[in-house]
Amino acid sequence: MARLTLTDITKSFGDTQVLKGISLDVHDGEFLSLVGASGCGKSTLLRIISGLETADTGRIEIDGVGVDEAAPKARNVALVFQDYALYPHMSVAQNMAMPLVMGRLPMYARLPGARFLTPNHTSTRREITSKVEQVAEQLRIAHLLARRPAALSGGQRQRVALGRALVRDPSLFLMDEPLSNLDAKLRVEVRREIVELHRKSGLTFVYVTHDQVEAMTMSDRVAMLQEGRLLQVGAPSTLYGDPASVDVARFIGSPEVNLMPVRTVAGGLDLAGQVLPLATRQPEGATLFLGVRPEALRLVEAGAAGAEPATTLTVTRHSVEDLGGELVVHAALLHAPDIALRLRVQKGSDARAPLMVPSTFRVGVPEGALMLFGADGQRISDPVLSLSEVMA
Amino acid sequence: MTDMIIPPPAVGLRRLRAAFKDLTLGRVCLTIVLLLGACLMVFPFVWMLSSSLKPTSEVFDADFRFWPRTFAGVQNYYDVLVTQPYLRYLLNSLIVCCGILAVQLITAVPAAYALAKLKFRGSTIFLGTVIACLTVPINVTSIPIYLGLVKMGLLDTYFSMMFPFFVSVFAIFLFRQFFHSYPDSIIEAARVDGFTEIEIVLRLILPAVVPAAAAFSVFSFVAHWNDLYWPLIVVQSQEKMTATLSMMQYRSTFDINYGRTFAAATIVTLPMMLVFLFARRAFVRGITMSGIKG
Repeated sequence: MARLTLTDITKSFGDTQVLKGISLDVHDGEFLSLVGASGCGKSTLLRIISGLETADTGRIEIDGVGVDEAAPKARNVALVFQDYALYPHMSVAQNMAMPLVMGRLPMYARLPGARFLTPNHTSTRREITSKVEQVAEQLRIAHLLARRPAALSGGQRQRVALGRALVRDPSLFLMDEPLSNLDAKLRVEVRREIVELHRKSGLTFVYVTHDQVEAMTMSDRVAMLQEGRLLQVGAPSTLYGDPASVDVARFIGSPEVNLMPVRTVAGGLDLAGQVLPLATRQPEGATLFLGVRPEALRLVEAGAAGAEPATTLTVTRHSVEDLGGELVVHAALLHAPDIALRLRVQKGSDARAPLMVPSTFRVGVPEGALMLFGADGQRISDPVLSLSEVMA
Repeated sequence: MTDMIIPPPAVGLRRLRAAFKDLTLGRVCLTIVLLLGACLMVFPFVWMLSSSLKPTSEVFDADFRFWPRTFAGVQNYYDVLVTQPYLRYLLNSLIVCCGILAVQLITAVPAAYALAKLKFRGSTIFLGTVIACLTVPINVTSIPIYLGLVKMGLLDTYFSMMFPFFVSVFAIFLFRQFFHSYPDSIIEAARVDGFTEIEIVLRLILPAVVPAAAAFSVFSFVAHWNDLYWPLIVVQSQEKMTATLSMMQYRSTFDINYGRTFAAATIVTLPMMLVFLFARRAFVRGITMSGIKG
């Protein structure tokens, strides 16, 4: 149980500045994901938290105590590596016991033959063994304790790595893309297990991933990094529904968010020649980006009953991905083919649905789902309203 | 019954045919070349063995014959094994080889670890220096080392026999290449788990280095077992003589007993031959790893 506070962390390797002033607060018992494309500095940040790397400037506090100078061991953090980093010549039991052996036995007592010379040695060893067995039981790897890492499957190795981290009761649990070496199905399974582990242990987790799905499904909060800067920190739903910038909006969510360049004109918003009946508080002539999530767009069927949405776009179909329960339709604006649109449509019970999407169709754009970004990519918090609403 | 009897020759024939099917001209040539090469390699040993059975007068006979006309084998081997403290020489060789190897491993493993895995100022210069040292032959350093040993009064000691070989640049380089491929994440996991750097070397690196160390051990052992140059310089007394050096005693200005010299050579080579038979794999690995033929 610990609170982690990072203040203004910077780090450079040679001439490249990898971290450009990161300040972040991780609450006690929280599951925080550091997410971003590769090379954004998330792993470096994790290594700085663990003590394997030292920051150039800035301050790291665990429970209010500065640990900038402390060795990794003294920070009592556990780190799970992407390739698991198990000790290859040791059994699973030895692997898991290592942090305790190193932590509880003094240096001289770890020498071979020391058991005959040091008092309490056997009792400490026994405690360690029972702790290892208890954690192994918890992770359902008790039957593997005698094996070597080479004789384990990827998922089992992953569990051993988790066990080795867990056995020492760390104050912080750090994970560096621990699922990226597993196959897709196992990944989902272990993902759930890690969430379960977090819930049961109540420890503070910091989880690094480049996979936004992992970040979204596992975390209490997500911190998104790009080029060494924090773009946004917040609950997964916040990053998805209320992104602070175009970069966040694009990274979070799959299929990717739709972005359309527009210009404010007298009668609404000009989208490549088509004026949409939408109103914003932006001055006339401003260049903006309209963002909308793929599932917010609606297929408008010709001749369908009910009121038509005020804003519709006519698009041409490019391709349709059938995901089983839903369809992802890739399309482009009819009058501006370089502006692509992605739609996520519930398939319903009609098995022939992919064939039902016509080659040219209309898409309804609900105003409430629209997000407005400035030309610099930053979010503009003004709501987008339909003109008719403004008139009323 | 006849059915049962006929197949065996057919099978035999088929096998023979199968064996000859791959027999192309290229393969025949290759086999002959390899055979000639093997003969060339083995011939000195055969000659050594043969000569060790001959009296000196017969060693330089124009027509080479394997079995001597006058059999002097018993006399030669008796002279080598019984009339001189041969076990003593063997023990000296063993002490020197083991001592050198032990210190080489103790110095090379940490040095190689530091060069391969630790980041420190000037590490590239250090590594460059190490590689540069590979090019310095022992003949260059032997005179200053000899003078130093003389000044310290350490000539004719085990220490003086081992001293120039304590730090093997070659071992450092070999192990560094080996450690370089050791995953960083395991070392980092160890640091997080609370290993000290020394413990990382002892508990993680050392078990991993066993194959390389075995290969290097064979290489080092053979090299120093066969070394004649340095013992010849620093050994003065009978008690410190190594097995290889003992061969030289049969030379004097007036008389060289070649039969006995060859008998001694055979006996000196014998332990290495036995080791080779038992640890052939390590030998081969050592030679391929080092890229130097022993």
